[in-house]
Amino acid sequence: MPQYAGSNLKCVRSERVVFSNLGFKVEDGDALVLIGPNGSGKSSLLRLLAGLLLPAEGTLTWDGEAMVDDMDAHHARMHYVGHLDAVKPVLTVSENISFWSRMRGHGKDTSENAVGDALDTFAISRLADVPGRFLSAGQKRRVTLARLKASPAALWLLDEPTTALDKDAIAALENLIRDHRASGGMVVVSTHAEIKLENATVLDLSRFSQRRAA
Amino acid sequence: MNSFLNIIQRDLHLALRQGLDSLMVVMFFVIAVVLFPFGIGPEPGILARIAPGVIWVAALLASMLSLERLFQTDYEDGSLELLSLSPLPLELTVLAKVITHWLTTGVPLIIAAPLLAVLMNLDTDGFAMLLVALILGTPSLSLIGAVGAALILGARRGGVLLSLLILPLFIPVLIFGVSAVDAAILGFPVKGQLLILGAFLIGAVAVCPFAAAAAVREAVK
Repeated sequence: MPQYAGSNLKCVRSERVVFSNLGFKVEDGDALVLIGPNGSGKSSLLRLLAGLLLPAEGTLTWDGEAMVDDMDAHHARMHYVGHLDAVKPVLTVSENISFWSRMRGHGKDTSENAVGDALDTFAISRLADVPGRFLSAGQKRRVTLARLKASPAALWLLDEPTTALDKDAIAALENLIRDHRASGGMVVVSTHAEIKLENATVLDLSRFSQRRAA
Repeated sequence: MNSFLNIIQRDLHLALRQGLDSLMVVMFFVIAVVLFPFGIGPEPGILARIAPGVIWVAALLASMLSLERLFQTDYEDGSLELLSLSPLPLELTVLAKVITHWLTTGVPLIIAAPLLAVLMNLDTDGFAMLLVALILGTPSLSLIGAVGAALILGARRGGVLLSLLILPLFIPVLIFGVSAVDAAILGFPVKGQLLILGAFLIGAVAVCPFAAAAAVREAVK
C-alpha cells in the first residue's frame, strides 16, 4: 500500500523560513487539504512535494524510500497543477491535452481516447479545436485540470485548483477527485475552502509558520 | 523515446504556426550581410576576402536572436515547470528543444548561406566548404546557446545579458568555421579545421544539455 510521508520538513525561501517542523502522511485513498492564510507556505509545500524545491531540512519518503533517490520515478507517479495553466496559445485544446498525456508515456491511440474522456469530464468537448489563445481564464483552467484525467498518476498535487472555475467545473473536479481516491489515488490540495472532499485530513500551515512561533 | 519525439513534434508545430519567427531570423541574417557591401563599398576583391567572416558573424548573431525564446515562452506559461516534472529526464527534454531550435533556425540559415555567398562574391571553391562548416558549426551554436538561454530565465533584459554570456563562447566556432572556408579557397587541407569543429560539436552534445538542465532546474524552483 503506497504511502507518501514527510517529517520534520523545513522550507526556506530567499533566506526567510516559511515553515519548519512540518510532518504529514498520505496513504492511498487519502486526501490532504492544506489551509492557511496567504503566504503561509501552501504553494511552497506543494512544490516540495512535487520535487521542484528541496527541503532545507527533513525528509520525504515514498513507501519508506527517500524521494530524492529516484526523482524520475517520482515524476512518473505524480501530477502537479500549479498557478500557471501551461496552455499554449497556438495549439488547440485537444492538442494541448494530448501533448501532456503523451509526455506521460501514452501512445497515439490510447492518448486520443483518454483526451476525449478528459474533454467530456470538464465539458469542453465543443472547444476541442479552439486554439488556446481564445480561451477564457476558467476554460484554460478546465484544460489544465483535464490533464489529470488524460493520464493516470497515483499522486495529485493541486495548488488552488478551483481558481477561476464556475460551480459546474468545481463539481466536476470534486467528482474526479472522488473517483481518483476510490481507485486508490492520493490527493494533496491547497484551497481556501471552496472545494468539498469527504474524509479529508486538514493540515493548517499557520501552525508551522515562524511568525506565530516568534 | 516517444516523449522525446513528442517534444520535438510539439515545438516544430509551434514554430510552424508562428512561422514568422523563423522567417525573421533568416531575414535578419540576409539584411545583416547585405549591409556590408553598402558600408565597405562594392569592391569585389575586398568583399570576397571578408565574405566567410561576414557570413559566419551574421549567422552567429542571427542564431543568438532566436535563442532568447528557446525556454522563455515555456517558462512564462508554466510549461517548463511541467516539463521538468515529466518522467522524461530534463537533459533529454533540453536536447529535444535544442534540436528543434537548430531545425527551425540553423537549417534555414544554412539554406540562405549560398545566396549570400554569391552576393558577397565568395570564391566558388569556398561554397561547399562554407556549407559543410555551417552544418558542423551551427548545432554547436544552438547547444552552447541553450545554456545561456536557461541561465537568463527570470532575468530582466535577458536578451542583452544572453549576448554577453554567449557570444564569447561562440568565438572558437567562428575561428575554425572561417578558417576552414579560407583554407578551402586557398587550396590548403581543411581536415584539421573540420575535425576541430566536429570535436566542438561532440563536446557540446556531451556537456551542454546537462548544464542547461541544471540551470532550468534552478529557474523553476
